[in-house]
Amino acid sequence: MAQVFHRSSNMISRASILGALLFLGGLSCALWGITMSPWYTEQNVTRQQPVPFSHRHHAGELGIDCRYCHTSVDKSSFAGLPPTQTCMTCHSQIWTNASMLEPVRASYRTDQSISWTRVNALPDFVYFDHSIHVSKGIGCTTCHGPIAEMPLTYRAGTLYMSWCLECHRQPEKYVRPKAEVFNPFYKPPANQLELGRQLVKEYKIQSLQYCSTCHR
Amino acid sequence: MDSEGSQKIAVASAPEPLIGPGHTLETVTDKISSIVLTRGTTPGWVFGFAIAFCLLMLLNVVITLLMVYGVGIWGINIPVGWAFAITNFVWWIGIGHAGTLISAILLLLHQKWRTSINRFAEAMTIFAVMCAGMFPLLHMGRPWLFFYLMPYPNPMWLWPQFRSPLVWDVFAVSTYFTVSLLFWFVGLIPDLATLRDRAKNRAAQVIYGMLSMGWRGSAVHWSRYEFASLLLAGLATPLVVSVHTVVSFDFTIAIVPGWHSTIFPPYFVAGAIYSGFAMVLTLAIPIRKYYHLEDLVTMRHLNIMAKVMLATGIIVAYAYIVETFMAFYSANLYERYMMMNRMTGPYAVVYWALVACNLVIPQALWSGRVRRSIPALFLISLVVNVGMWLERFVIIVVSLHREFVPSKWDMFYPTRWDWATYVGTIGLFFTLFYLFIRFLPMISIVEVRSLVHETNEEKLHSKLHS
Amino acid sequence: MTENSSSKNSIDLVAARARLAQQGGKRFWQSLEELSDSKEFRNFLENEFPANAERESDAEGINRRDVLKLMAASAAMGGLGACTKLPMEKIVPYVRPPEEIIPGKPLFYATSMQLGGVATGLLVESHMGRPTKIEGNPEHPGSRGGTDVFTQASILGLYDPDRSQTVVFEGRLSSWTDFIAAMGNARTSLAAKGSGMRLLTRTVTSPTLGAQIRGLLEKYPEARWHQYEVCGGDSVRGGTRLAFGKPINPVYHFEQADVVVSLASDFLASGAGHVRYTRDFSSRRDLAAGPSSRLNRLYVVESMPTNTGAMADHRLPLRASEIEDFARQLAAIVGVSVPASTNTSTAKVPANWMTALGRDLSSRRGSSLIIAGEEQPPFVHALAHAMNAALGNVGKTVVYTDSLEVNPVNQLESLRELVGDLNADRVDFLVILGGNPVYDAPADLNFGSAFLKAKLRVHSGLYNDETGELCHWHVPAAHYLESWSDARAFDGSVGIIQPLIAPLYGGRSAHEIISAIVGDNKSGFNLVRDYWQTERPEKDKSFEALWETTLHDGVMAGTSLPPVSVPLRSDFVGQASAPAAGDANALELVFRPDPAIGDGEFANNAWLQEVPRPITRLTWDNAAMVSPATAAQLGLRSGDYVALKLGSREARAGVFLVPGHADNSLTIHLGYGRTRAGKVGTGPGFNAYLLRTSAAPWTARGVQIEKLGKKYAFASVQHQYTIDFEGHPADEESENAFRRDLVQIATLEEFRKNPDFAKNPADQSTKGLSIYPGFKYEGNAWGMSIDLNRCVGCNACVVACQSENNIAVVGKDQVIRGRSMHWIRIDTYFRGGLDNPEMYYEPLPCMQCENAPCEYVCPVGATTHSPEGLNDMTYNRCVGTRYCSNNCPYKVRRFNFYLYSDYKTPSLYAMRNPNVTVRSRGVMEKCTYCVQRINAAKIRSEEEDNRAIRDGEIVTACQQACPAEAIVFGNINDPNSRVAKLKAQSRDYSLLEDLNTRPRTTYLARVRNPNPEIHG
Repeated sequence: MAQVFHRSSNMISRASILGALLFLGGLSCALWGITMSPWYTEQNVTRQQPVPFSHRHHAGELGIDCRYCHTSVDKSSFAGLPPTQTCMTCHSQIWTNASMLEPVRASYRTDQSISWTRVNALPDFVYFDHSIHVSKGIGCTTCHGPIAEMPLTYRAGTLYMSWCLECHRQPEKYVRPKAEVFNPFYKPPANQLELGRQLVKEYKIQSLQYCSTCHR
Repeated sequence: MDSEGSQKIAVASAPEPLIGPGHTLETVTDKISSIVLTRGTTPGWVFGFAIAFCLLMLLNVVITLLMVYGVGIWGINIPVGWAFAITNFVWWIGIGHAGTLISAILLLLHQKWRTSINRFAEAMTIFAVMCAGMFPLLHMGRPWLFFYLMPYPNPMWLWPQFRSPLVWDVFAVSTYFTVSLLFWFVGLIPDLATLRDRAKNRAAQVIYGMLSMGWRGSAVHWSRYEFASLLLAGLATPLVVSVHTVVSFDFTIAIVPGWHSTIFPPYFVAGAIYSGFAMVLTLAIPIRKYYHLEDLVTMRHLNIMAKVMLATGIIVAYAYIVETFMAFYSANLYERYMMMNRMTGPYAVVYWALVACNLVIPQALWSGRVRRSIPALFLISLVVNVGMWLERFVIIVVSLHREFVPSKWDMFYPTRWDWATYVGTIGLFFTLFYLFIRFLPMISIVEVRSLVHETNEEKLHSKLHS
Repeated sequence: MTENSSSKNSIDLVAARARLAQQGGKRFWQSLEELSDSKEFRNFLENEFPANAERESDAEGINRRDVLKLMAASAAMGGLGACTKLPMEKIVPYVRPPEEIIPGKPLFYATSMQLGGVATGLLVESHMGRPTKIEGNPEHPGSRGGTDVFTQASILGLYDPDRSQTVVFEGRLSSWTDFIAAMGNARTSLAAKGSGMRLLTRTVTSPTLGAQIRGLLEKYPEARWHQYEVCGGDSVRGGTRLAFGKPINPVYHFEQADVVVSLASDFLASGAGHVRYTRDFSSRRDLAAGPSSRLNRLYVVESMPTNTGAMADHRLPLRASEIEDFARQLAAIVGVSVPASTNTSTAKVPANWMTALGRDLSSRRGSSLIIAGEEQPPFVHALAHAMNAALGNVGKTVVYTDSLEVNPVNQLESLRELVGDLNADRVDFLVILGGNPVYDAPADLNFGSAFLKAKLRVHSGLYNDETGELCHWHVPAAHYLESWSDARAFDGSVGIIQPLIAPLYGGRSAHEIISAIVGDNKSGFNLVRDYWQTERPEKDKSFEALWETTLHDGVMAGTSLPPVSVPLRSDFVGQASAPAAGDANALELVFRPDPAIGDGEFANNAWLQEVPRPITRLTWDNAAMVSPATAAQLGLRSGDYVALKLGSREARAGVFLVPGHADNSLTIHLGYGRTRAGKVGTGPGFNAYLLRTSAAPWTARGVQIEKLGKKYAFASVQHQYTIDFEGHPADEESENAFRRDLVQIATLEEFRKNPDFAKNPADQSTKGLSIYPGFKYEGNAWGMSIDLNRCVGCNACVVACQSENNIAVVGKDQVIRGRSMHWIRIDTYFRGGLDNPEMYYEPLPCMQCENAPCEYVCPVGATTHSPEGLNDMTYNRCVGTRYCSNNCPYKVRRFNFYLYSDYKTPSLYAMRNPNVTVRSRGVMEKCTYCVQRINAAKIRSEEEDNRAIRDGEIVTACQQACPAEAIVFGNINDPNSRVAKLKAQSRDYSLLEDLNTRPRTTYLARVRNPNPEIHG
């Protein structure tokens, strides 16, 4: 009786077996790609803000210290976001009628807070503490990236657990002298590793990796 | 008695044939393939399938509820964190084992009688493992995170916790499923080809054609076929022992009195084969009747399977006795209380029911008359299935509900959803099985044909000698 | 301004109305209802008996649930798994930053909470203006750092969404301005001397409020002020009036007492100063000095077992009415001339008891103490005072001061007067400040109908309750955390009550309402401040300084009342009515405030509803509690649903067997069967007030029990199927607990003979054996020691933990299913039969094992070992296999079988501890030794150039709350830490030591101090 399939279908079947394998491989690669993509991590994605605040201008060009606005960064888990009052200390004097600053003035007039869009947000089950990192010689830019070159602020890291562990496993790769912590232009020296090792000793930095360090 | 004796002599002199008289290669092929191709969809089949399918839909409902509301719909609590779900899991996995044993080990041991039952025994294995495999997922509080149990590169830089038996389960069960599926499929190929060639309508030809992967029955094909079967049999054989051993680790690794016991691995494997063969009988007896396969699945098959049940049943019985003995001999406060609680506690009824089902009743199989009485066999096989489920329930629930600290003793009462989950998986099992017997040759045509060949040779020999 | 407030209110109420409309007023419990099967829940609430198979009833519940919402919830929970994209968040800074708030750092403020008018000093933790946790104030005499369940749970009371939220006039929306106007009219229409004006308050100790009321009475001489509170301590006042001619305030010094006799007094758990008394009492159960240490000895006679009874070295169950006879006999022995009782009921007292007790007391003259219970008649109190006097205890273990109260009156009489006036139509204008007389007034007074005769009724309370409903005006009261006030502690010290937050629901304090009635609408702040400006002690000193320090310390220096020496009246014995010679067989009914929800005041507090009551371990219910023997005699079994008939009055209740309860006596707890308490409090239990008359407020004779042939399902977390097992009471749990050495006990003599009695030699030899290398613990190694000799089982730790760790409430149905969530539980065991057993408490948090069985079975590593010895629990990694819980020998792990945490009620968001994850469905949780506090301390210490953490710097929530100082936490690697020293004591033992789990939480064995003469 007649063959149901033409000989060529053998080829097809072999190809499809191979294809299936390739497809699976491709799929997993794609998934990994998405997980790592800025679209998903929001890394390097600038956010729409009520006021186009420029860290480059304030922290970079004007050289205003981080702590001038983020007052509790060295005291508390939360770095603190400047109250409108802080903005107005200067902007009641300069750019007093710049239209882009109207929301700030409005906020001050009406006593209604400006609601910013969060750039660096961790999940609620992660408990990060700014003060301890700052006081152990981890600089702002280590996590927040070249903030002094950001006209509009974006998230510099993936904020993945691996991203945290990267440093928690080898703090010596990232630690800097306490004096340099708030220096937005700090560049790690050539001998970072040996300097790092020495600072780790000096600052008694532990490489904490057990769960309750961050999760409770 | 007299007839008994003559029977024995008969058996001794020349073994009962594994295949009814008057079968030629032709008739065998006709008989089996016709069930699929010409017999068509019978009302009986539709009726059975409908019931099974309804139960499957019930399972569907339960799973939806589980996803939406959580495992709280079951009766579990603290201390009884595991109950029906894990009981069913162990039960189904156990059932699977008979199939693998028959198809793999008996193949290696050249047990001819396996040929006519191994096909649906293997099918049973696969469907049972599918049912079993669902429970480790369903019983989780957050099943959508099941992938945390898999070792895969992730942005958390975390691995599963490899000391946990549950992780071993993941590997054991998935391996088991894969190998069984391959083995089953490879075995099917020549028969699928037969169906392809005998199928009248185009669709069937195409589908069977695809599945049979271009089988032409050439010598090369046959040699590769034989080689692959042998290879897979070799792979599957250790699994028969390993899978249920790993499953038993879920309990032995823990410190719960009634779980923390060294005899569990062999005891579980024996139990698995015990329940497996019970299930094979439960399936085989109605099928051979309904499809008139008495001359392919002969009394001798049933007889042998009954004997295997008896043997494994005795091993299980031994395990029970040792467990009880050790509980008292160990002079361990907790062990002893655990055993007393099994026998006299709130769940005593369940325990004694299990003893009756697994220890007492199956002893009837010592009698050849019982082994040859089909209703009796069927009944016992059912009893053993129930008994083995109860065994797992006793091990899991009755051990947990009164553990070390009395202030946290509590009772487990199954909710309607516990039952629904269990019945639902039975629905899944039978749905698949009905589809199987409808669309695939439930007995291996190829291998039975080889039997025909041999039996004819035997006949020839006896002629020559006389 | 006025426009604003009114419009604001109306908006609130429109919204509220809408919510109620769409949700049938079940907002708060919605989540809970989703968990507990709704129909079943209704059954419990309404029919008061469950269908037989309450465990197979999910279907209806599920059908009623909002599938989509939950699906959304589960999607959100997927987020917990870090496998979904994080939502876009907003962040909102201040416009003008407030002083001293550092975002992310909590602040603590001192204030006080009143219970029956008596203040307990508190420190309240506040996160950016949100009070989140209540702790005891070490400076305050009424607390000394300890707290009780009521104070701990009051934080939930503050955020309770069921609190009344607007002024209501005749059932319609109104506003504070309208109310003020109305009060103006009321004043004008009022007769010049204010006749027909009546004020009903609860017990008032607040000097400021007192002054205001006096001012009001001066303005309206013919107005009357009544006080009523169910547990207002009438018999305490009556007793002193009887003994000394005037109501004065006894202050006890348990730290001085070697022998304490409690005549049915539960001084460790109720009444004025119980928190402080617990601290003092337990200080005398301390064995730090080893065998040489001197313990006090406690004798208790009582009908219903209480916390105090469980601590007794000798406890004797007597019916409430027999205690007077006992007191008379004892008085006679210690030398108070009193006619011995005509009753023979004290035949139950073992022969050697009385004499031995008498000898014990007289050998401890000046260092013994006799205290009578609030539910006992005044005469027993008077006898107790007389005995203390005869034993020379006055001035040593008992000190008398002037009454704490502004106007100490017999409150029952006061209420009766009011009802009289009401019935005689003499009341035009009735103001009810707090309290809920319509619900809790004695049944025979028919307050509910009487007070409708008042022409204008004004009610102010936290809830628009049974009373508020029937008043013309209802004004939401401000919670104590929202208002300015002041109150006296048990010794008279004044604490200023300062608000932690502006009134959430526009509530007004009693001060403001009185001031509105008088017409000088002053703010609470000004009223309190002005009062103390003029009335302050040592007027020469600057007020500002005093005010600042008082606010800071929480207690005003030099305000504790000085001791007064008052002569004992010799003739009071004669005046006493001879005890009613009731027949001994008549079943006796005893009323008691519920150990958790009191007189019903806290009925809507889910934490208190769900906290297992001492001894009975009962949640969500009150019951008809009888001794096993009496039950057998009456043919009752646990869970029988019965009708209690007292004359013409009837109430229906479930029977609950209580070991150690006096025979022929039946105890029921007040406070249940509320009809208008809120979503939590409305429904559960039965209303015991239906049986309570002013003639027999605490003890009634001749109650009839009639079986109704139905079963009542109790949500008891222990002793589920022990008593009433095949009709024979048997407590298998306790039996096995002792066989397994879970509770180690010795008498003082035994302890002196063998200080190491708690250590099992076999276990010591195998200790530390392991084929695996153990963990190395450099630096800190956290451990906990729990002293069973100090623990009085008051549950403060349980609720404190719930508050600190955002632990969810699950509801009665889930408790019945064995799914309660408390991270620390107070296991209770009985030893020695069920008629008069010894009772033992064992607080059980996570043991933080060094060889933790939970850790190695978790497939995903969600529970892991920290280098400091904690078993970390990582909720966001947990997939919920429950394997860890199965393998936990102590069963301290809790599982979210459903979505227990309330994700829906906005007001509860503000209450939660921001430093602890709110657990979602399908996640395991457990005690973490308050790791959030540990981490905070570690960060602090490292920022202060890596200094070591000081001992006592980290205090766990349970330790902080414990009034008995039974729980001590610290670093066991530091040999000088308190915990290390305690663990070094010979009494130290760990649970299930033979399992070699090496728990970090260990126990100090219980040592009883029985009287050899009785003990034999």
